[in-house]
Amino acid sequence: MNHNQPVYTDNDPQEELVTLNLGPTHPATHGVFQNVIQLDGERIVSGVSTIGYIHRAFEKIAEHRPFYQITPLTDRLNYCSSPINNMGWHMTVEKLLNIQLPKRVDYLRVIIMELARISDHIICNTIIAQDTGATTTFLYLFQFREHIYEIYEEVCGARLTTNIGRIGGFERDFNEIAFAKINKFLKEFPVALREFESLLNRNRIFIDRTAGVARVSAETALDYSWSGPLLRATGVDYDVRVSDPYSSYQDFDFEVPVGTSGDIYDRYLVRNEEMWQSVRIIEQAMEKLKHEPPHIFHADVPEFYLPAKEEVYNNMEALIYHFKIVMGEIDAPKAEVYHSVEGGNGELGFYLINDGGRTPYRLHFRRPSFINYQMFAPMSKGMLLSDAIINMSSMNIIAGELDA
Amino acid sequence: MAEDTNHNLIEVLSTRFGDKVTAVSEPYGLLTFETSKDVIVEVLRFLKEDNRFNYLTDITAVHYPEKHQAIAVVYHLHNMVAKVRVRVKVFISEHTPTIPTATVLWNGANWMERETYDLFGVKFEGHPDLRRILNMDELGVHPMLKQYPLEDPNRVDKKDEYFGR
Amino acid sequence: MSDINIVDAPPGIEGSGFFATSFDKVIGLARSHSLWPLPFATSCCGIEFMATMGSHYDLGRFGSERLSFSPRQADVLMVMGTIAKKMGPVLKQVYLQMAEPRWVMAVGACASSGGIFDTYSVLQGIDEIIPVDVYVPGCPPRPEAILDGFTKIQELVRNESGRRRHSPEYKELLASYGIL
Repeated sequence: MNHNQPVYTDNDPQEELVTLNLGPTHPATHGVFQNVIQLDGERIVSGVSTIGYIHRAFEKIAEHRPFYQITPLTDRLNYCSSPINNMGWHMTVEKLLNIQLPKRVDYLRVIIMELARISDHIICNTIIAQDTGATTTFLYLFQFREHIYEIYEEVCGARLTTNIGRIGGFERDFNEIAFAKINKFLKEFPVALREFESLLNRNRIFIDRTAGVARVSAETALDYSWSGPLLRATGVDYDVRVSDPYSSYQDFDFEVPVGTSGDIYDRYLVRNEEMWQSVRIIEQAMEKLKHEPPHIFHADVPEFYLPAKEEVYNNMEALIYHFKIVMGEIDAPKAEVYHSVEGGNGELGFYLINDGGRTPYRLHFRRPSFINYQMFAPMSKGMLLSDAIINMSSMNIIAGELDA
Repeated sequence: MAEDTNHNLIEVLSTRFGDKVTAVSEPYGLLTFETSKDVIVEVLRFLKEDNRFNYLTDITAVHYPEKHQAIAVVYHLHNMVAKVRVRVKVFISEHTPTIPTATVLWNGANWMERETYDLFGVKFEGHPDLRRILNMDELGVHPMLKQYPLEDPNRVDKKDEYFGR
Repeated sequence: MSDINIVDAPPGIEGSGFFATSFDKVIGLARSHSLWPLPFATSCCGIEFMATMGSHYDLGRFGSERLSFSPRQADVLMVMGTIAKKMGPVLKQVYLQMAEPRWVMAVGACASSGGIFDTYSVLQGIDEIIPVDVYVPGCPPRPEAILDGFTKIQELVRNESGRRRHSPEYKELLASYGIL
């Protein structure tokens, strides 16, 4: 049965449209989005999205903060995978300053970024399941997000808004507990993920609710500048990690999963497969770390890398560098740079213009959620209301990233 | 490889648009050039349809108050096949900030342009639905312009003397 | 032997076949262990709230398993995340729709004070538009902190006099926010 065809024709005498205001605090929308939709029975005739309900003026703040103080802002963009944002920002600055990182730092970053990707995809996929009526998976897989947070805690002390790393590397080396926790995660998570898949992948209810719903062709997706798992579900193998490798991703052997029809089921499968690939990448990174010289966790760039606190208190030079860095007096070239990383939702870009002042002259974030979300209202036309809700959760729109 | 492509591309562009393509540079390997607003849609169309830059990465703007043409509208395009990016800039006047819309080429330009309008006041001519997107409609200004402060100027609880200013 | 604990009875007079105490105490006790929260989650703190609701921390242990997404049936408004000025009227509307008695918990720096976002678009603390009972610091607070804040709300609920919502002080408080 093709249930995406409208039941009524335009000249149906029974036609009577209902206007429904979904949001901005509707429980089904998982965030602060407002959609005013016209309904013909259960079917959506048209919709208008309103966003900006948590607009926090990131770009304006960034013009008033030195580089290091922008890292906490990036945390709050996509707060489901904040380490990717942090490191994306640090890499942008490193590109500006032409800093080369030791391989070990790159691999440590890859581990953290892939863990962040897993935690992001856990949220999205369990929420899809939750919205189709399966609460179990949510309670089950969220446990592993806690394990990922524990690893972050070992590395940087924070759980969600991590503010992880420095320009040039990490603030401290990973300790034994962190490595032990990563190893434990690598052992336990695949078991749980396999179970998660066996609960949903061939689940009749789940497939009925998701397969064939909200199909998007590759042309449409490119036309709307989609990126990330949403674009890959339509069959375009665009992944910044492969097309424009950063942080030594070229050293790793992994695959970019693609879908065929771009429907919700494909997006779910793509995200699941990406979690498997992330596990693979972390395993390889742990193996590669063994062949790198130990205890190197930052590049040797004292003029840009914030020194450790005990150094600052006991060492004259470190104190001077600390002062200069914190006050934003570092010598950065007057240039503009665009750097992008593969965030949880797609291409997360940083467009930085530096004029040699204390703060960036302009910093623009290319936010995948913002650009992906604009298609929601047009693509909802003709969809059932309940399908539109799952469609929204499968797009994994993060309000902080949407509104900036 | 990127340099070769950039070099070829700029030659193709110069042949097609002549002196409308100016200020060519390659900061960090990313080909950047300026053009004018009367040919911007043609330039984008040429890049998209004849040079496979079919992915619009981003549209944004920058405000340079001291310049004669104070607002730069910046387009980032991406050629996914050759893995090359290009940055196109158009400088427009602050007093008549108008530029033709790119929504005729990409539907995805819609919200990017609305955001740029909201934050910088750039009016995209021909845009199907040019309204504010992030800020409230009542906000009278375009807050990313440099003359507007970061903080809410109407605050009374924050005394300047406590902040050394 | 089950390991389920039952709360102690409030202080009262006990004798053979009867137990006498005041209504305030009984109602307070009952209410405090069956609060229905309305999660008004806008950003990062909302994600920590999801963790609080998840199996690891489990807010359900405090009698709040059931989230009330309808403000009409909610007891506690938990505001988690940045409230932009665009969102302010929506938040106030939700608060007004809640029935008395109602409590408000501001979770995180943004809801409490605007946090790091001292900008033209962000409300500098929700107490500019609605009265707040408990503030939870943190950016975002850990789930333990949210739970701690929640137990503080429970304490308030347990000790609240049945007449408080009719008192002139309370009416004055609401009037200062323009709520009648």
